[in-house]
Amino acid sequence: MDDPVITATALRKRNGATRALDGFDLAVPRGAVLALLGPNGAGKTTAVEILATLRRADSGRACVAGFDVAREPDRVRERIGLAGQYAAVDELLTGRANLVMFGRLNGLGAAAARRRADELLERFALTEAAGRRVDGYSGGMRRRLDLAASLTRDPQVLFLDEPTTGLDPRSRNGVWESVRDLVGAGTTVLLTTQYLEEADRLADRIAVLDSGAVIAEGTADELKSRIGGDQIDVVAAGAGDLGAIAAVAARISGASPQVRTDERRVSVAVSVSARIGVLGGILRELDAAGLEVEDIGVRRPTLDDVFLGLTGRAGADAPAGAERHETEEVSA
Amino acid sequence: MTATFDPPAPRAPVAAPDRPGRLSRAVVHGWVMTRRNLLHAVRSPAEPLLTLFIPLMMVLVFGFVFGEGMAHPGTGGADGFRAFLMPGIFVMAMLYSVSATATGVSMDSSRAVIGRFRSMPMAASALLTGRAAADMLRALLETAVLVGCGLLIGWRWEGTAVEAVQAIGLLLLFRFAMTWVGIYLGLVTSDPDVVGLIVYPLAFPLGVVSTTFTPPELMPGVLGAVAEWNPVSSVVNAMRELFGNPGVGGDSWVAAHPVLMAVLWPLAILAVCVPPALARFRNLSR
Repeated sequence: MDDPVITATALRKRNGATRALDGFDLAVPRGAVLALLGPNGAGKTTAVEILATLRRADSGRACVAGFDVAREPDRVRERIGLAGQYAAVDELLTGRANLVMFGRLNGLGAAAARRRADELLERFALTEAAGRRVDGYSGGMRRRLDLAASLTRDPQVLFLDEPTTGLDPRSRNGVWESVRDLVGAGTTVLLTTQYLEEADRLADRIAVLDSGAVIAEGTADELKSRIGGDQIDVVAAGAGDLGAIAAVAARISGASPQVRTDERRVSVAVSVSARIGVLGGILRELDAAGLEVEDIGVRRPTLDDVFLGLTGRAGADAPAGAERHETEEVSA
Repeated sequence: MTATFDPPAPRAPVAAPDRPGRLSRAVVHGWVMTRRNLLHAVRSPAEPLLTLFIPLMMVLVFGFVFGEGMAHPGTGGADGFRAFLMPGIFVMAMLYSVSATATGVSMDSSRAVIGRFRSMPMAASALLTGRAAADMLRALLETAVLVGCGLLIGWRWEGTAVEAVQAIGLLLLFRFAMTWVGIYLGLVTSDPDVVGLIVYPLAFPLGVVSTTFTPPELMPGVLGAVAEWNPVSSVVNAMRELFGNPGVGGDSWVAAHPVLMAVLWPLAILAVCVPPALARFRNLSR
């Protein structure tokens, strides 16, 4: 990591009696998308607030885009954008008036701010609603306007604090698309999320946050392999065959299988390099033995598994829908 | 960290942010925030209209319903009382405006949008200067409406035009001080619903125990003294003197120097309110 654009070293911050950040370290390379993943109360928002100069850390040091957030906050503010779960726009103004205002405050002249506002409205499909007051916008429109407002001056670093919390799946996809476009343009993004799926979809690196400190950091694949690689799942057609299937799976993979009788499922862990050979071997053996299976496949662990493996607790209060979706997609 | 990254897509060169001087930035951003606050007033006009409604109601109630009964030797009949009343109504309108200012500031500091303002290279002063400037423009409009209302009910300025302008100047200076009282109250009170309400029990006695409606010598001893030294009284007396309207007279030093006191009181209020308001503002959400 030769050129980190965000660095945080031993940040500590108390919120009253609780330690919101307790030795928070992070380094994000230029152009990367890093997801700060953790449950409610893990300190994600506090971390973003400190990095975005909204609050000061009690101790520790942080630099963003080459400037110390505590010593030169204005230099940092010229280079960052912030969008978040609270959709920080002015409710009483129109969408357009909001973007013009934020452009002016970001140092654009009056004409340039108007031009930029129109560009952004177009890009975020808000042109039609541009003349309406924001308090009449839907949640998704508000969030898109919020994202647009954070881009009035092409930020080098964009902070997204739970950008899709509370959005319906369609609006969520819209925000994800916008973020991916930005990333294509080379902006460094730090996003916080409690949706495991969101981190997996958007980020090329994930830092898992628990009780105010980063407890693991890496690519999604690195984190997944850290808790034991892939596994092969075999679902038996009949409950009576479970024992025989488990024996086959054990012989071929050389690992001890887990059997879940209620799901008629046999699972064995495999290394990534051996998984195809093992899968083929199990299939041939089952076929030869005349054992019928309903389903068989290689399953990559989900980030939910990662969080459980790292903290011993189930990850996040993410809605069941989001997690189910992820499982389906990874096993497909 | 051993992971490798795809090389980032080449970044289009972004123009280095302009770094205008602190003062020009403060002026531009102050104007942007002034416009924002004026747009708020235009887009939700109920609050500014209600604020104006109170002094207009007072003109009707005190000028006509109670007019004959409240007249006293200094004013002659009801017509004289209405001429006596109008400067008091101007000042009351400015006094009650504290509520609007405080509510606006309190709502701003509790809104999520403040987070975005703070994440931008914005002159921090602009939130307060924009508020003060927008309130002063509102005060000009309110004064114009009240002057029109006064002329309709028979109030006139009897002195020179210069004196009349001086009287309006003193009124606006008082409003400026009240704006900062409102800013301070808005910053220390986190609940916008509460701050508007606490202003009334504070403003009501200040407005009434003054020379607005009654000469102090008609009040019981202590109240009379309070009324004489009340900043509201000084501004009201000074405006009556400059407009050439009937006044309350009085032999005390403070009653004899109303114009001087109408300058000193607002300056004193500003000296007391501005530093803690700025300190409070800088420490918001630290």
